[in-house]
Amino acid sequence: MRQGIVFQLNGEETVYEGSATDRLLDVLREEYRLTGVKCGCKEGECGSCSVLIDDKLVNSCMVAMGRVQGSSVVTIEGFSKTERFKVLDAAYASVSAVQCGYCIPGMILASNCILSKNPTPTEADIREGISGNLCRCTGYNAIVKAIQIAAKEGEGLW
Amino acid sequence: MKQISKSVIKKDHGVKARGSAVYVGDFAQQDMLHGKLVRSPYAHAKILGIKIPELPEGYFTVGYRDVPGINEVHIVKDDTPVFAETVVEYIGDPVLMVVGPDEQETERLAGEIVVEYEELPAILDVRDADTVFFDYSFGSGDVDKAFAEADKIYEEEFETGYQEQAYLETQGMIADFNDGKLTIHGSMQCPYYVHGALVKAMGLTPDRVRVLQDVTGGGFGGKEAYPSILACQTAVAAAKAGGKPVRVVFGRREDMEFTSKRHPSLCRYKFAVKDGKVSAMDADAIFNAGGYTTLSAVVLQRGLISAPGVYSIENLRIHGTAVKTNTVPNGAYRGFGAPQTFFATEMMMDHIAKDLGEEPLDFKKRHLAKQGDATSTGGKYHFPVPIPAMIDEVEKMSDFAQKRKEYAKPQPGRFKKGIGIGLWFHGAGFTGNGERDIIKAVARLHKYADGRVEILVSQSDIGQGIKTTLSKIVANELNLPLEKVICNNPDTDRVPDSGPTVASRSLMTVGELLRRASIRLRSEWKEGEEQTVEEHFKEPDFVIPFDIEKFEGDAYPTYAWAVCAVEVQVDSLTGTNEILGAWASFDVGTPMDMNIVVGQMEGGLLQGLGYASMEQMAANAKGRIRNNSFSDYLIPTAMDVPVMQVHMHVEEYPDGPYGAKGAGELPLVGAPCAYMSAMEQALGKKIYHIPFSAEDALLRADEKEDI
Repeated sequence: MRQGIVFQLNGEETVYEGSATDRLLDVLREEYRLTGVKCGCKEGECGSCSVLIDDKLVNSCMVAMGRVQGSSVVTIEGFSKTERFKVLDAAYASVSAVQCGYCIPGMILASNCILSKNPTPTEADIREGISGNLCRCTGYNAIVKAIQIAAKEGEGLW
Repeated sequence: MKQISKSVIKKDHGVKARGSAVYVGDFAQQDMLHGKLVRSPYAHAKILGIKIPELPEGYFTVGYRDVPGINEVHIVKDDTPVFAETVVEYIGDPVLMVVGPDEQETERLAGEIVVEYEELPAILDVRDADTVFFDYSFGSGDVDKAFAEADKIYEEEFETGYQEQAYLETQGMIADFNDGKLTIHGSMQCPYYVHGALVKAMGLTPDRVRVLQDVTGGGFGGKEAYPSILACQTAVAAAKAGGKPVRVVFGRREDMEFTSKRHPSLCRYKFAVKDGKVSAMDADAIFNAGGYTTLSAVVLQRGLISAPGVYSIENLRIHGTAVKTNTVPNGAYRGFGAPQTFFATEMMMDHIAKDLGEEPLDFKKRHLAKQGDATSTGGKYHFPVPIPAMIDEVEKMSDFAQKRKEYAKPQPGRFKKGIGIGLWFHGAGFTGNGERDIIKAVARLHKYADGRVEILVSQSDIGQGIKTTLSKIVANELNLPLEKVICNNPDTDRVPDSGPTVASRSLMTVGELLRRASIRLRSEWKEGEEQTVEEHFKEPDFVIPFDIEKFEGDAYPTYAWAVCAVEVQVDSLTGTNEILGAWASFDVGTPMDMNIVVGQMEGGLLQGLGYASMEQMAANAKGRIRNNSFSDYLIPTAMDVPVMQVHMHVEEYPDGPYGAKGAGELPLVGAPCAYMSAMEQALGKKIYHIPFSAEDALLRADEKEDI
């Protein structure tokens, strides 16, 4: 029997030998040095630490390592190697939707989830889909616009 | 649209989108030690003694006795101690720092330290304050005569609450003391403020202190002065750490509860009306400074100078104080004192108009300042005041007149709508003589032999896009592709002091210095050689020099202008309201990059709308701030303002680069006025304070309509 928590991390099989009660956010940042996962509140309120667990958007601060056994965890570092990221990245860039950048890794993963659920979302769908990710800089308009652009440019990807 | 306004891809876009930008919390641990502050649990107390348990190997504490230089943080007046000595002045006042290799263990040990206190009477309300930190008054005309001759006199009182900057990245700093040189890097707006503070507290010569800005996750004023305090504390720890770096990164609760916020205010206004016009204004503003002075002097100055709003009022008496309370010291937040007085003035103008039976917007239009008029300090509006044209733009965008008329009719159902409009300005750049006498900005360009040009200034990109906009100016003047212009995060070992990243000054003031430096470099350009050019700030010739003692002259060379309409729907059963739309026209001169500037306007506007409503923070009877998490202190999400439309009106400023003037703070300042004016129409009641909550609306549900 294998020891430790076995999960896919950005597509690679990974065995975590620490405690099952360790916080996924801390483990990703400290053990695996995936610092694109940001810590904004550690209370599940701000969405800065969003990651994908089995393609669902999750606040990694609210997840114990035991929970990821057998799951696939994708952080911005892994997601940034995908075609979908390229489309989202270009869309965000085209409307300057990135200001301080702290919410952006989570916001981009949230954008992916919106489009995965519905490749042609309405503005209201988009606003709801990113409502768990706080941004203090942009007022959200540019981010909403970026997701609309990505939906158009990335046709067929989601 | 000017060519320069065409948007480019921001210089820092890629690394931030991929998650590879390195913020202070992202540096590898390795030998890093962690610091945890031990804070006062009392609002006001004498420190009787400190009992430190035996600490495990590698752990130590630092307090005021360990400060190698002077135990004062240099800000404006230097009354903030690095660590409290004998008295604590607010809940959270730092007494010690525990330092060690394991973060959790450090936190645990901090909880074991026993500080004995003798509680002292605490002052928590500005009405009870007995210490006045700052007291300013100025005016013009004959106020007493105007009141004696008035047809009617109005007296009202307005209150505004705290606002927390709520940048997504909390405060953080890393200090490293090696070979007699201190290196500090972290999240900050003003590397040279931090540098000056460290020189004093650490007793080092300036060349032995190096400050670097890390990628910073938002500031909004909250990282103007506070990082100086945290840097001094972290540096004191590093000096005892045997060459290991020390890092302090605040948790969200610590950051929300114990770092500086917008000053709560109490404004008592008295207006005289003669022949249907305001003939005199007698304003008294009290700002809650908190336990130490930090930036209160300058915040109060801007608040008072802005007190008459966008109106020309002949007789003015303006008085204000920043008073001490035993609460967290308040500081800079986007708008810097102006949102408080603008709220009072705009609401007061609304109330008087309604009493006189006139539509507030018409009443306000009759009082508008125009080019050539005197400002509150006897300076001059040197340039056109574009407010009338901007009102027309917002009318069109929002269908204001039609809706205003419609919602004035009785609304019998449960849901009631309202629409309001606010007019405001923001003085562009540092207040008064600051730029000329204190900052004295220096900007430098360095050309490498291969033709790349590096911008050397102390401006920090905190999300507002200054790296990109400054680079655009240099690239434009030198005819270089944008990627040949380098703009790194500031490092005080390499960049001159071009001043702080505050007061909506960076682009207007430093951008113009860089434009001039670029022109000079172009004319002296030698292919294949390294060259450096430097420009120094010079006050524009037209400016009437400001005298801070008398509050006389041009407090600002020019002004950015705003008009905003907000439409709401109130649920009279629950008291809750939703914003149906916000439409605004902003004039910040030439936008240096349309996307970036619109992004600033939208972000600031949303912060202003949050300030007026959901962003509620208060101290309890013991002086403790309870709203210290995103569950208790709500900031707007993407769903709160579904329609927000911004128009850029361009009134070029000849002394700013390509006509640009200050931008960053403007959109927040008067947003609450437009919002609350809409709420007044929906509720049929006058509003005297923000934040205005659903509970506030319900509490007054049974009151008779008073407008």
